[in-house]
Amino acid sequence: MNTTLFIGICYVISAALFILGLKLLGSPATARKGNIISAGAMLIAVLATLVDQHIIDYRYIAISMAAGSVIGLFIAKKVAMTAMPEMVALFNGLGGMASLLVGVAAIDAGINAFIGFTIFLSILIGGVTFTGSLIAWGKLSERLVGRPIMFKGQAIVNSVTILFMVISCFVFSGSPESTTYLYIVIALALIFGVLAVIPIGGADMPVVISLLNSYSGLAACAAGFAINNNLLIVAGSLVGASGIILTQIMCKAMNRSLSNVLLSGFSAVKSSTLSIEGEVKAISAQDAYYVLEAASTIAIIPGYGMAVAQAQHAVKELQELLEKNDAEVIYGIHPVAGRMPGHMNVLLAEADVSYDLLLEMDHINPRMENVDVAIVIGANDVVNPAARDMEGSPIYGMPVINVDKARTVFVMKRSMASGFAGIDNPLFFKDNTRMLFGDAKETLSQLIRELSN
Amino acid sequence: MEIYIFLAFILMLSIYLGFELINKVPATLHTPLMSASNAISGITLLGALIIAGRTSSPELKTIIGCAAVLLATINVIGGYAVTDRMLAMFKNKKESK
Repeated sequence: MNTTLFIGICYVISAALFILGLKLLGSPATARKGNIISAGAMLIAVLATLVDQHIIDYRYIAISMAAGSVIGLFIAKKVAMTAMPEMVALFNGLGGMASLLVGVAAIDAGINAFIGFTIFLSILIGGVTFTGSLIAWGKLSERLVGRPIMFKGQAIVNSVTILFMVISCFVFSGSPESTTYLYIVIALALIFGVLAVIPIGGADMPVVISLLNSYSGLAACAAGFAINNNLLIVAGSLVGASGIILTQIMCKAMNRSLSNVLLSGFSAVKSSTLSIEGEVKAISAQDAYYVLEAASTIAIIPGYGMAVAQAQHAVKELQELLEKNDAEVIYGIHPVAGRMPGHMNVLLAEADVSYDLLLEMDHINPRMENVDVAIVIGANDVVNPAARDMEGSPIYGMPVINVDKARTVFVMKRSMASGFAGIDNPLFFKDNTRMLFGDAKETLSQLIRELSN
Repeated sequence: MEIYIFLAFILMLSIYLGFELINKVPATLHTPLMSASNAISGITLLGALIIAGRTSSPELKTIIGCAAVLLATINVIGGYAVTDRMLAMFKNKKESK
């Protein structure tokens, strides 16, 4: 059997295992197995590729792979669960850069315009993924400011960059061997990645990460066309599709279109003229305890604030004490709570909260009227009733968790500052709302102390 | 040119299959899904391997290839390892008791 045939057969097996792995990732009970199968598929693909007759020297490969494995394992072991969004962004960027490099190295004498075009695509998408992900990483890890970064004439600069990119596409595809054009394409791709992500605010990062995730797959796909490798196309497009779906889900959860999110920095800040009546009523942890002790159904709604305060373990402790007191505790998770899709679920899983207590928005809302106490921990816009009934509010139309329909609402919040969307939250002024001011973790441990006495 | 039609077919079917598979993933698994698919996008490693090992006398392309192998390996190994770490924490009512 010749090696090409052998590699081909291995690739077919590998593709089948990738698909099976993704399918098993669809249920919490089988997800871990799915991930391992997917890793197995990757291993088969790598081993098969190594017998390729074009590879004649293994020394540099061995060194690079060993170094990459050590670094990868080290990061994966060390990263805190709260830092997961920025880590995913960083890994995404590395994958994009790898595709860019493969595209560059695929340039060879005598390639036709079609291959030139696919090389152009893998450099472009790879480069945008790389710098875009680095900016997202900077914003998520707060090395860069989270708010949209704007400068004068940004729209013009962006348009000119896109125009140049279209021109360079034709020029480069026509003569891919010219290094001058190559450098221009690489530079444009890297610059555009930066330009595309800096005007997007921190709260919109779930959409950006999903989209960049999709790009990293599409870059691999384009590289697959460039080097004529069908497994790159299969795996790359699976990732591309997955990222696009997550992007759609995130946009839908915010009732915004993708272009609205991507260009959000460019729209003028809408100031709402609607005024909110009522007064904010604070409550002490001790008084909150009396209410909680009498409650039989309690819903906890976490947001990014829970991640910032690292309060997930305290939340779990509170849940156990309340359950001991014969109360039912459920969680309501909004799709865009946190900084990446499923962020809250991972944090609560880390604290050993079982996943069948975590209800999606559509499942918890119908139950809200029977909830005695809804505890909002570090969430703001995702529980803002203005989205439901204040036409003219900037977030009007966004689906939210209707905590205000619960009998009593506790809101844990550091101060009265408004949320990321920068809008007042009428929830804080409602008759059935009580504010627990202070650090979420601190407030939770006060409640825990009261309850365990 | 025929080969590209064939590859385009693969592309079309895989994208469709990807949509079908991922649509069924519940929201609770979105973060692990994302980091697992992130690891899969490191599949570029296959292309990088061939470039890095093509010659025994290092040239510019060998260096580019090695850099790509390094980055893609971090992406693949790190991505799968961290996904496994996350998924090991997901427990249902029975398991967490």
